[in-house]
Amino acid sequence: MASLVAPIGTEEVEGVAEEMPIASAKRRRRPRFFRGFVLLVAAVYFLLPLFAGLKYTFEDANGDFSFSTVRSIASQPYLGSALWLTVRLAVLAMVVTMALMIPTTVYVHLKLPKMRRVMDLVTLLPIVFPPIVLVLGVLKTYPLALRNSPYLLSLLYVILAMPFVYRSLDAGLGAIDLKTLVEASKSLGGRWISTLLRVILPNLTTALISAVVLTIALVFAEFTLAYLTQWQTISVWIVQFNGTDGHITVAVSMLLLLGTWILLSAIVVVDLIRSRQKLKRRTTAS
Amino acid sequence: MTVSDEVRQTTDPGRPPSAPIEGSTVSLERLTRVFGATRALDDLSLTIHPGEFVALLGPSGCGKTTALRVLAGFEYVDAGRVLVNGKDIGRLPAQKRDMGMVFQSYSLFPNMNSRENVAFGLRMRRRRAKDRNRVADEHLELVGLSDQANKYPHQLSGGQQQRVALARALAIEPQVLLLDEPLSALDAKVRAELREQIRAIQQRLSITTIFVTHDQEEALSMADRVCVMRAGKIEQVAAPAVLYAAPSTAFVAEFVGVSSRVPAERRGAEAVVLGQTFPIRPNTTPPTGDRVDALLRPEDFELSVDPDGQGTVVHRSFLGSTVRLEVLLGDLTLKVDVRSDHAADIDLSTRVDVRLRASDILLVNPVGDAESQVQPAS
Repeated sequence: MASLVAPIGTEEVEGVAEEMPIASAKRRRRPRFFRGFVLLVAAVYFLLPLFAGLKYTFEDANGDFSFSTVRSIASQPYLGSALWLTVRLAVLAMVVTMALMIPTTVYVHLKLPKMRRVMDLVTLLPIVFPPIVLVLGVLKTYPLALRNSPYLLSLLYVILAMPFVYRSLDAGLGAIDLKTLVEASKSLGGRWISTLLRVILPNLTTALISAVVLTIALVFAEFTLAYLTQWQTISVWIVQFNGTDGHITVAVSMLLLLGTWILLSAIVVVDLIRSRQKLKRRTTAS
Repeated sequence: MTVSDEVRQTTDPGRPPSAPIEGSTVSLERLTRVFGATRALDDLSLTIHPGEFVALLGPSGCGKTTALRVLAGFEYVDAGRVLVNGKDIGRLPAQKRDMGMVFQSYSLFPNMNSRENVAFGLRMRRRRAKDRNRVADEHLELVGLSDQANKYPHQLSGGQQQRVALARALAIEPQVLLLDEPLSALDAKVRAELREQIRAIQQRLSITTIFVTHDQEEALSMADRVCVMRAGKIEQVAAPAVLYAAPSTAFVAEFVGVSSRVPAERRGAEAVVLGQTFPIRPNTTPPTGDRVDALLRPEDFELSVDPDGQGTVVHRSFLGSTVRLEVLLGDLTLKVDVRSDHAADIDLSTRVDVRLRASDILLVNPVGDAESQVQPAS
């Protein structure tokens, strides 16, 4: 049989086979060069301001390399209180966001899957409307006691964090067979709260960490709402103190950026390690 | 007091997993469930006896999974009652029904290892850690997976995952075991092995079991009784052998096993098919009218090679111990089974002679007639 099949088109195939490596190598080189160029441009665009910030942070008044700015951060007036307020706001915003968004997203996935498209749109609204509109509306309508409390900001941050948190949870829930897991838990006697805590949340670790980090990063970076409600969060402090000492404010910004970057990198690394372990276990099992 | 409370009180905590569980009687009474314009369950009634293994068999959309989900508490009914041991459980939520369920898709909790998965139901029942781990290990041993207790679901094969799911469902000592096409995602060999294992465990425990499948081979080989469903209604409930040998409707005859539809002429209590006369199958009400169809099984035929025969072999499938031939006889195509050792000299285009050797004949309305089926005799 092999002798019948092999001769058909053998010459043509050989001819093509000789030419193909050269042609395909050329084709391969072009996208590689293009990819490299795009990456380089993107790297310069994103990293240049960071480099400038770092350089400015580690410079003294004469332009020489120095740690003096970083060392003096801790002694800056009101920095501690601004940082502490921001941390409290971030924690509250995170707790409220999770308490609202986890049950909502799970419910939509389980009971109202057709509503997911509507939810996609609704959760985009906080991005569409400018923060100034949000804060003016809130200041006009919210009770005075709440308007005089800094924790009003946390409630506003919950709204701002919603698009990011929803998308993160939505992706996490989409990756598991939620309906079957919930039904399996219920058939075994699991109540709603047990099912949520013991079955759903442990399988959403990466999505939850992403949501938490995004919320914290948002609270630390948000300026408009805090400034308009006249509370000195870390971002407001940076802007206000900028007139006094630009080196200090840039150094604080760089530290905050570094903190956020470390958190995000940790998520990526943890996720990568987990998926590699899974792959390794699967290979061993098979 | 809920049904689950009662069961918990009567459950012996020291009961070994291989000891029989007292089976429950399940009664589905006139269940109706409507999804938009579709009647998923249409006045369906079925009683399952203690320790019985009943398979719900039917094509996609016939309502078999809906019936199972109603029993499990995942779906409500528009009308009708669900009784377990005579108690109406229609208003009980799923978590209080004490139904062990194995799902079609892999349903093990990915964050728990096999032992933790099996022990989950006991944890929900607030059993002590030591106690539930012991029970979990015993049930893993029951399904032959003692050595996989510390493995996570992604480290197990599909068959192993379904066995852990079975152990998990049994560990809570359920009143009824519900199996929702648990073998459909597995390859043929694992499927056959697990089929035998499930049946053996079910018989050892004498647990009332309802098994949903669209695979007739699975249903016929495992169940004490098979309930064939169509469009939300039950077509026939019978033991596998009865269902195969004496289907009461054309749908059952054509859905279960293989049939050839052959025009026949009715003459009183007899029918003439392919020139031969046979009695009409008892316990069926044949269609009125003289021109009818007969449904014939492949083993109802006798075939001999004959150069002057009127049939021509047009297709040949090797099935192991038998060979299935398709014989063109005029404008009819008959499916005929022949023992493999007798089929060696039968090739495509071989001329053959076909005769019937059935003891009686199932008659149905000719194709195109309304419903095209016979009704069981009352």
